Amino acid sequence: MVGMTRNDKNPQRGAHAVEVRGLVKHFGETKALDGVDLDVREGTVLGVLGPNGAGKTTLVRCLSTLLVPDAGTATVAGYDVVRQPRQLRRTIGLTGQYASVDEKLSGWENLYMIGRLLDLSRKEARARADEMLERFSLTEAAKRPAGGYSGGMRRRLDLAASMIGRPAVLYLDEPTTGLDPRTRNEVWDEVQRMVAEGATVLLTTQYMEEAEQLADELTVIDRGKVIAKGKVDELKARVGGRTMRIRPVDPGDLPAMARALAETGLDGVAGTQAVPDEGTLLVPILSDEQLTAVVGLLAARGYAIADLGTYLPSLDEVFLAITGHRPTRGEDRGSAGRPGPDAHTGNNEQTDQNEEVAA
Amino acid sequence: MSAGTTTPTRTPSGAATAAASRPAPAADGRLPLRSHLRHIGALARRNALQIKADPESMFDAVLMPVIFVLLFVFVFGGAMFGQGNQDQYVNYLVPGLMAMMGMNIAMAVGTGVNDDFKKGVMDRFRSMPIARSSVLVAKIVVEIGRMLVATTILLVMGFVMGLTLHGSVLQLLAAVGLSMVFGASLMWIFILLGLTMKTAQAVQGVAMLVLMPLQFGSSIFAPTTSMPGWLQSFTDVNPLSNLADAARHLINDEGAVAQPVLITLAWAVGITAVTAPLAVRKFRNKT
Repeated sequence: MVGMTRNDKNPQRGAHAVEVRGLVKHFGETKALDGVDLDVREGTVLGVLGPNGAGKTTLVRCLSTLLVPDAGTATVAGYDVVRQPRQLRRTIGLTGQYASVDEKLSGWENLYMIGRLLDLSRKEARARADEMLERFSLTEAAKRPAGGYSGGMRRRLDLAASMIGRPAVLYLDEPTTGLDPRTRNEVWDEVQRMVAEGATVLLTTQYMEEAEQLADELTVIDRGKVIAKGKVDELKARVGGRTMRIRPVDPGDLPAMARALAETGLDGVAGTQAVPDEGTLLVPILSDEQLTAVVGLLAARGYAIADLGTYLPSLDEVFLAITGHRPTRGEDRGSAGRPGPDAHTGNNEQTDQNEEVAA
Repeated sequence: MSAGTTTPTRTPSGAATAAASRPAPAADGRLPLRSHLRHIGALARRNALQIKADPESMFDAVLMPVIFVLLFVFVFGGAMFGQGNQDQYVNYLVPGLMAMMGMNIAMAVGTGVNDDFKKGVMDRFRSMPIARSSVLVAKIVVEIGRMLVATTILLVMGFVMGLTLHGSVLQLLAAVGLSMVFGASLMWIFILLGLTMKTAQAVQGVAMLVLMPLQFGSSIFAPTTSMPGWLQSFTDVNPLSNLADAARHLINDEGAVAQPVLITLAWAVGITAVTAPLAVRKFRNKT
């Protein structure tokens, strides 16, 4: 059974693994979920993007039978969350915002326990625990209590625990919240690997970059309601995707540069904005080709560039674009627009393009 | 989990075709008994490993019997049976303390459950295809083990202090068994408390309130014959009195055994029948 991929056998690939219709959950006066509709197609990743308190965790808890919704329906792998919880639990894996492993037990003991709870034989559970530790680079820490693990190791152990049963649908509830950028990249790599192997994932996140990295489609929620949904590219087009920030050596060049770009008629350059206060030019980026063309054009016209990089819109900007207001309930909104690996990517591009400019 | 159960082929009725081997859950997802036992085993192993990782959590089970025997024999023994006759009190006291061990260990279960169930790992258990009662049953299995350790130490300490076994070994084992059965029923009460109260301190507070009158308004430490009539009617029905009397009569091979044993068992069954389903329901609905 090891190594079998579920999609080989599934005649209904592309069907909805998760279907949510009009889901409502109230806590007293608070409407945590206020009529949510969403679908996750089999073998894809749906990103559920929203600020703190938007209802993301309540959604995941309803879909993992930890909460009973007040109204609406939800099915996972064809099973109803209310009427068929026992069957549903066989098909899901859950990685919460707070790592749900036993801190007093070693990593190995945690995974062995999960294997036994999933009815693996002792031998299978042992083998699977070893295999998952190896895969998540935890073999060296296998015998140490999980309580002593770093944040990233704990999150990886949590992912490993969720994957033991080869779940058809995996919920990742803010899998990288509170992790440093390096650790977050590790988690992203793991998630991408799972997806490549055919997992269906429902991912909640506060970070646009995370959604862009991992998700095929996005559902944006705010105050328990869906406010936008679509493919990541579509949504990016709506809210503005990457933007390139170019700082010429001479700020006086800005108007001329903007004009030069506008005259080329390249895709997206019509939205070019000069920000004289910062001495920068902001160019919406629609494709790598366009980015290259923009840089190439400016270089060919002889404009000296001191600095350039690209960035994604923050959650705040996404909300602003969709709803016209900023998210209302975020408590740590400050971190929502944190510079992530994109800043890093930006630096790489900057280096590459500086070389290109020089050439 | 087998590959087959992870690939539910959707049919109009939404049933999964379990293409794979063991264990075949019924169409409604119910599990065979063997699965339940395996789950309880895995969770009990978890609880046991927690104790291993934190040996201090065994202090109460190990030290309490030692301290209680020493304290009560030297404080009360002389007063009750005369100077130099403390060993007679040992034979009175130790069977009574068997009842008390169960009570005290059970109280610790309540605070432990309160702590444990705030942790994220409970979410994982509750989102897995296992009976939610397994988590509670596993806890009780391990706590009975702890109670057995405490009772063994109590008896060893008793023998050191001059306890004489008048009954047979079988009678001694019957006394131990009875206190285990009753202790296990008490654990359900404290699990229910632990799941209901917000903090471990609150659990402790309520537990003490219940514990004190039950322990001292009983025949554990002193014969009830000198107590006022109204108190005697309380001690007569107090399960701790009955358990203490039953254990005492078995170990000392004297007095009526059937009546206190039956009353104790009736209490154990009654308490379990009422509190166990409530505790399981509380755990199931806990958010």
